[in-house]
Amino acid sequence: MEISITVNGQSVSADVEPRTLLVQFIRDNAGLTGTNIGCDTSSCGACSIHLDGEAVKSCTILAAQADGGSVTTIEGMAAADGTLHPMQQAFMDNHGLQCGYCTPGMVMAATSLLNENPSATEEEIRIGLEGNLCRCTGYHNIVQAVLSCTKS
Amino acid sequence: MIPAAFEYVRAGSAEEAISLIAQHGDEAKFLAGGHSLVPLMKLRLAQPSVLIDIGRVSDLSYVTDAGDHIAIGALTRHRDVETSPIVLEHAPLLAHATSHVGDPQVRHRGTIGGSLAHADPASDLPATTLALGATYVAQGPNGTREIPAGSFYEGYLTSVLSPDEMLTEIRVPKMNGAGWSFQKFNRRAQDWAIVGVAAWRNGSEAAVALVNMASVPVLATSVGSAIASGASIEDAAAQAAAEADPQADLNASVEYRQHLARVLTRRALEEASA
Repeated sequence: MEISITVNGQSVSADVEPRTLLVQFIRDNAGLTGTNIGCDTSSCGACSIHLDGEAVKSCTILAAQADGGSVTTIEGMAAADGTLHPMQQAFMDNHGLQCGYCTPGMVMAATSLLNENPSATEEEIRIGLEGNLCRCTGYHNIVQAVLSCTKS
Repeated sequence: MIPAAFEYVRAGSAEEAISLIAQHGDEAKFLAGGHSLVPLMKLRLAQPSVLIDIGRVSDLSYVTDAGDHIAIGALTRHRDVETSPIVLEHAPLLAHATSHVGDPQVRHRGTIGGSLAHADPASDLPATTLALGATYVAQGPNGTREIPAGSFYEGYLTSVLSPDEMLTEIRVPKMNGAGWSFQKFNRRAQDWAIVGVAAWRNGSEAAVALVNMASVPVLATSVGSAIASGASIEDAAAQAAAEADPQADLNASVEYRQHLARVLTRRALEEASA
């Protein structure tokens, strides 16, 4: 089936099988491999992206369900001149990543969380990121990074 | 993991969805948010040959105040239920329980109707709507019918919905200021409850429903009767597992689940009575 999804502001059209997952569309059709596949069972959050402005797990959505929608991936976060998104900068400043595998999903989930709750507390951030696993267990610095982006 | 191949069709209205499923027979499945069905399809535990995507039937996404109850469209996403001012005011137990479903990303996509129709006894909303005495509205080729939550669930992942019916609305009686509590016991973030308890109390009236204590959500009627006859919270909670028929699994034995049900029911009643 022919579908068309706006990815980071660019329209991407492709003829895909109905069973194509959104994360496959992003990685294989849009060619953006910053979005990682981790557990592939909607537990780990590594594949988190924004669909129409909200964080979702792209391994558990069919590309067909997102047809006509607007997706933002980690590649769409920095400004055109390369200036990092404040959340990306905060992860860097707070050493919020070790191996980096969970980081794209963490950044996407965290920005969605603060869009909904700009002055989230540390506890709200910890609960709000429960859908994202860091197997380096670097949660402390991840939470500090997100906390530094809140409006206090 | 990739689902087995299927044909994908999109419905623009409930009527179109019902006519499509009649046309494709029981090899077809409705796709709402997809957060129960797609994982099963990826594991190839479900292999429908046709998916009827009802995710864009926007007129089934709403929350309205209907006098003595609130009406929630079956395709209302969990996030919209948990943040709805109407749900927060009139059915705070449902708003709170919904905030425990999955994680934020899951709640952005999953729908109340999808969760209930999936009929997983380990998920939070079947028991919660059972405790609240909700009624589900189903639409089929011969019109609509109302199904009380208490007679909706038949067994594990099985409900009285016929293959050509879909849920369209959930009607939840207003709680009218009753105290409430939702207790979910699990070991890891975002896991299903090993045991969960949804409870409310208004004076001598109380209802308690249990998550993951049988192949269906369980209304702990003995607890409600005990409270109505003036029993203490402790004595009432001791009856919590009377109607349950839990299974053992890697997380818990039958005895441990019964113990958890009693402890969590006591905590729930204490919180709901405070």
